[in-house]
Amino acid sequence: MTEPELATPFRERAERALGDRFLQEALTIATTKFITLRREAFAELPEGEALRDQARAIKEATLQRLDYWLERLVDNVERRGGHVHYATSADEARAIVLDIARRTGARMAVKSKSMATEEIHLNEALEAAGVTPVETDLGEYIIQLAHERPSHIIAPAIHKTKGQVAELFARELGRETEPDPEVLTRIARVELREKFLQADLGISGANFAVAETGTVVLVTNEGNGRMVTSLPRVHVAVMGVEKVIPSMTDLAVFLAILAKSATGQKLSVYTSLVNGPRRGGELEGPEEFHLVLLDNGRVRQIAGPLRESLNCLRCGACLNVCPVYRQIGGHAYGYTYPGPIGILLTAMLNGPASVKDLAHASSLCGACMDACPVRIDIPRMLIELRKEVSEGRIAPWSERMVFGAFAWLLRRPGLYRLGARLGRLAQAPLARGGRIRRVPLFFGEWTRTRDLPAIAPRTFQERWADLEREARR
Amino acid sequence: MSVTAAFMVTCLGDMFYPEVGERIVRLLRRLGVTVGFPPGQTCCGLPLFNSGYHAEAAAVARRTVEIFAGAESPVVVPSGSCAWMVKHEYAGLMATPAERTAAERLAGRTYELSQFLVRVLGRRRFRSAVAGTLTYHDSCHLLRGLHESESPRALLREAAGATFVELPGSDECCGFGGSFSVRLPEVSTAILDKKLASVEASGADCVVACDAGCLMQMRGGLSRRASRVQALHLAEVLEVENHLPEGSGEPFQGSPST
Repeated sequence: MTEPELATPFRERAERALGDRFLQEALTIATTKFITLRREAFAELPEGEALRDQARAIKEATLQRLDYWLERLVDNVERRGGHVHYATSADEARAIVLDIARRTGARMAVKSKSMATEEIHLNEALEAAGVTPVETDLGEYIIQLAHERPSHIIAPAIHKTKGQVAELFARELGRETEPDPEVLTRIARVELREKFLQADLGISGANFAVAETGTVVLVTNEGNGRMVTSLPRVHVAVMGVEKVIPSMTDLAVFLAILAKSATGQKLSVYTSLVNGPRRGGELEGPEEFHLVLLDNGRVRQIAGPLRESLNCLRCGACLNVCPVYRQIGGHAYGYTYPGPIGILLTAMLNGPASVKDLAHASSLCGACMDACPVRIDIPRMLIELRKEVSEGRIAPWSERMVFGAFAWLLRRPGLYRLGARLGRLAQAPLARGGRIRRVPLFFGEWTRTRDLPAIAPRTFQERWADLEREARR
Repeated sequence: MSVTAAFMVTCLGDMFYPEVGERIVRLLRRLGVTVGFPPGQTCCGLPLFNSGYHAEAAAVARRTVEIFAGAESPVVVPSGSCAWMVKHEYAGLMATPAERTAAERLAGRTYELSQFLVRVLGRRRFRSAVAGTLTYHDSCHLLRGLHESESPRALLREAAGATFVELPGSDECCGFGGSFSVRLPEVSTAILDKKLASVEASGADCVVACDAGCLMQMRGGLSRRASRVQALHLAEVLEVENHLPEGSGEPFQGSPST
C-alpha cells in the first residue's frame, strides 16, 4: 500500500507540521488537556500502579499461550453463532470483509472507530467495491469529511481546531454554524442517525476479546459503537490477534486503567460487550456476526524484537506525552499509527527499513514508557530498531562511517586527546567567548538555532595534574 | 571516616565543561573525599549505543569497565545519562560472564553527582555560588532512567543564599536527545523553545541541570537568544560553607550563615 505522504522526506514533513499554526494550536491544547486529566485520574487511584503491573502481567501471560487463547476465543464465538475468520495479511483481511459485504448485498457500512481497519485501509477497498463506508465516531466522521487520515490513535481529528471543523461542516454539509463543539456534534448526530438506519453492514474494531466467553468488547464515548454493532443486519469486528484476553476478571483490570490512560476518564461512557448475533427471544442485535482475526506481522513478533509492543492497548497516552508528537502531530509520521508506539507498529507492519528515519524521531526521553498503562519499554525498542537500521546497512554509508570512526577514536585515548587539541585549532577562527555561532557540515544543523560550546582552552584531562598538585598542598 | 571516589569526567565534561569537573573535585575534597581520576578516559559510549551501534558501544564500554576496575571505590559521574549508561546498559553489552560480572560491579558503585552527595555522603546543606532564584530541569535519564528527582531538589532547596522555585513542566525533555538534536534540528529546537519559555516565565535567574547534554542544549538556546537566564550544572551552584568541619564523616548539620 503506498502512502502519499511518504513522497516527502520525514524531516520535511516534520518541518511543515512545525509551521502549521492551526496544528500547533490544536495539538498543544489537546495534549496538555490529556496529560493533566490522565495525571489527575491516576492520582485518585492509589492501586493504579499495581493494576498497571497486573495488566502487563496478564498481557504477557496471554502472549505466552496466544494460540491456546485464540482457539478458546474461536470456539466460544462459534458456540454463540458467530463466524471467525483468520487473516494473515491486510490483503486477506480486506478480502474477507469484502466477501461478507458482497454475500450479504451490503451497500452502506457504518463504522465505529477502529485502528485495525485503518491499518488494512478498509475504507478505500469498500468504496472500490461499491459499498459506502460511513465513519460514525465524531472524530473519524470529521476526518472522513476532510478526506484525511486519523492523526491520533484515540482522537483522530486532534489536529483540527473547532474553527476548522466549523468551516469543514459549512463546506461539506452546507451547514453554516459557529465553532461550538456542542452545535457541531448535534449536526453530526443528525446526519449520522439516517446512516445508522440505512446501513446494512456494521464494522467495528475491538478493544478486547474475552476468550472464555467469546465476547468482543468495545470502549467508546459516543454510543456509536453500540449502534454499529446492533442496528445493521450484519456486524463485522476486525481485531489484531493480540487483543484477546482470557477472562472477564482480566477485563476488569484493563477497564480500570484504559480510559484513565486515554482520556483521564474513570471509565469511558460506553463499554459494549458484544456476544455474537441476535438469538431467539432477543430484541436487538445483528442477524450475522463475523470476527476477523488479523495477524499482519503480529504473530512473528511474539518471538521478535518488537514483542512487547503486542501488549499495547491503543490508549494513545504515549502520543500525548511525547515531545516529538506534541510538536509535529500524527500525519508527519506518514503511516497509520503515529507517535512512539506508532513507530514500533509501523516497523512491525512494514519492516525496519520503513522506519529508518522514524526510529530516530525520538529524544529517548522515556515519557512514553512512563505513561504507558502496561509499561511498554518503547525507548528500548526504538534503540533496537536503530540497531537493525545500522547493522542491516539501511543507514546511509556516511553515517556508518562517522560512527565507526568515532568509536575507533574513543578506544584510543591518546588520539582522542590529540583530537581535542586539533579541534581547538580548527575552531579558533569560529569561537568567540567560548561560544561558536556557526560551524560547517554536520554540526551546522546545531548552530542554525543554537550556540555550540567551544572546546575548552584546557580540557579536564589537561587540568588534572594541577588539581592533583592542589590536593597535595 | 575517609571516603575515596573515582571521578568519571565524561566526554562532554572533559572537552566543553572542564570547570564543572574542577568544581566537583574541589567540592568533594572539601567534604573530605579523596578523589582519583583514572587515566585514559574518553566517553561512556552512550551516543553509540543510542544510535544503534552496539558492537562499537560494547568495545567502548569494555575499556571503561577496565579503566575503573582497579579500585572498589564509588565512581562519581556529572551526567545522569552517562551514569544511566554505565548502570543500566553496560552489563548487557558484555560478551563473557567475567566481563559481565565486572560491568555489574561497576554499575553497583556508580553514582550521579547529586545522588552521591545526598544518598552516599548524606550532605544536603551547601551555600549557593549564585545569588537570586534557582530552578531545576529534570534530565530524562536521571529522572526516568535512575528515578532520581529528589536529591538535586533537596540540594537546591537548601542551598543558602538563593531561592528555589519549581519549573513548570520540569519533567519534560529539553529536546537534546544526542544525535536527535542534529538529525531533526527543527523539532529539537521547537522542544527547546518550549522549555526555555517555561524557564523564562518561571522568574528564575538560573536553571540548574545534572546532565551535560541538557546543559549544552539549554545554554546553546539561551545564549543564542541572549537571555538573562543562565543554565548551570549543579556543581557550579554548590559551594561548601566555610565553617564546615573538615573531614567530618557526619552528615553536615551546620546552619547557613548568609
